[in-house]
Amino acid sequence: MATTETMTLNMGPQHPSTHGVLRLVLELDGEVITKITPHIGYLHRGVEKLSEHRTYHQILPLTDRLDYLAPMSNNLGYILAVEKLMAVEVPERAETIRVIMTELTRLESHLVWIACHALDIGAMTVFIYAFREREAIMETYELISGARMTSNFFRVGGLSQDVPDEFVRKVSDFIDSMPGYLDQYEGLLTTNPIWLKRTIGNGVISAEDAIDFGITGPALRGSGVDWDLRRDNSYSGYEKYQFKVPVGENCDTFDRYKVRLIEMREACKIVRQGLDRLKPGPVLADNPQVCYPPKENVYNSIEGLIHHFKIASEGFPAPEGEVYQGVEAPKGELGFYIVSDGGNKPQRLRIRPPSFVNLQAIEKMAKGAMIADLVAVIGTLDIVLGEIDR
Amino acid sequence: MGVENPLGENIITTSLDALVNWSRKSSIWPMTFGLACCAIEMMATGASHNDLDRFGIIFRASPRQSDCIIIAGTVTKKMLPVIKTVYEQMPEPKWVIAMGACACSGGIFDTYSVVQGIDEALPVDVYIPGCPPRPEALLFGLMKLQDKIMKDKNSFGSAIGLGERIASAA
Ligand code: SF4
Repeated sequence: MATTETMTLNMGPQHPSTHGVLRLVLELDGEVITKITPHIGYLHRGVEKLSEHRTYHQILPLTDRLDYLAPMSNNLGYILAVEKLMAVEVPERAETIRVIMTELTRLESHLVWIACHALDIGAMTVFIYAFREREAIMETYELISGARMTSNFFRVGGLSQDVPDEFVRKVSDFIDSMPGYLDQYEGLLTTNPIWLKRTIGNGVISAEDAIDFGITGPALRGSGVDWDLRRDNSYSGYEKYQFKVPVGENCDTFDRYKVRLIEMREACKIVRQGLDRLKPGPVLADNPQVCYPPKENVYNSIEGLIHHFKIASEGFPAPEGEVYQGVEAPKGELGFYIVSDGGNKPQRLRIRPPSFVNLQAIEKMAKGAMIADLVAVIGTLDIVLGEIDR
Repeated sequence: MGVENPLGENIITTSLDALVNWSRKSSIWPMTFGLACCAIEMMATGASHNDLDRFGIIFRASPRQSDCIIIAGTVTKKMLPVIKTVYEQMPEPKWVIAMGACACSGGIFDTYSVVQGIDEALPVDVYIPGCPPRPEALLFGLMKLQDKIMKDKNSFGSAIGLGERIASAA
């Protein structure tokens, strides 16, 4: 008598389309997937543990390296949590620059998403185009912080320094040209029959399931749930900006693609509004207990030097208690939960990474599909292993 | 040079080693192997702005087709056996580039789970500092590797099975 067996196939951790070091163990019936078991931890760097031995200022560079496609969003989430704990008020100019930079970061993250997603499905040109635009954002990063990726630019209470004069012109030029570039991508993909065949009806997850899994970000909105922390639980002055929150209807990969593209267009509008609001003023709160002194004081007065030295070496004691702050990172809700025991280091720092939670849904979305469609599902979830494994 | 003018400009003379080295350095095929943040800069180096193709550098997805592995990112203890397997699957001659602080020395992650430098396991040819290194730095590192390949001795002999290739000390 003929018997059928399923086959077990190992995908990753060095597979080119698992976006880093994700490993999936697949059970296959022919080419159809019957079971997916994700194995994670190949990039576990112990960020949360490391944070327990750093002062609050020193943790910031670690957050750059969580979701390395959106460094400034991570910075913002962490900084807002600390500011909530310390009850620090941030000057308006700093807040506006933060919004501009996090929206540029959203653009950058989505650009890398569209590049990799399209590349995985076989559209090479989009990759080349998207990295061209990403380069412009990286130049802005470099202009203001000196680093291309790991910017470490925000500070508790504001920014590490004011932006240079060219900043406004450079960002403004980029934002003006970005919609045209987006049209180019749409021209390559939205009407491309191969793209449509590969994405429509692929990776469907219903709104209820998406909520049950705790999915956030574009993956949730693609399933038709109208939820965006920037609008619904506003932070960093987002309530002053006008923007649309796109939602999908068919809960599939194509809808998530559309949602992200519209998000990119909206991000351009938010940046434009931010540039219009930008007024001269201080970029760091006047709060000597928490903030670094201005550099002129450090170089020219002994008090300033001592102050700087004290903050850099000892940090500041935080009041006892716990805070949670979530931000709408490009991939979903990124949360930082800090428990303080009154010392100058957190007793526990817990990070809620959006990719980690979104990844759980992979089996739901790809079960019963072909292996080739799994690649599209991984792409549409837009995971990044740095924040999954931490 | 032994052969002079009668052949005009159409002939160049060289040693077989130089010829083999030159062909190897002009077509380095690295393994696409991204581990963490540095991998994004590696992708950026391969993409439109910096364009690695002009050096003959084309990323391959299979270790069997590659002769260079760029360790771009943090190597964890869980990942190390995988990297070793991939490295062993690559055919000779092969070279290793440690890209970024993490691959060189563990970087800022001095923790229980992170390998403090890939040189604990693989013979590294070029170290590129930076966190992450700029694309220009990666390009420079690859050019250094090309210089190193040009200094190899007995490349031709080892290719036809006579003796070992003698790698230069950079
Ligand atoms: S060296 Fe820096 S950028 Fe590169 S992987 Fe390590 S932390 Fe990331």
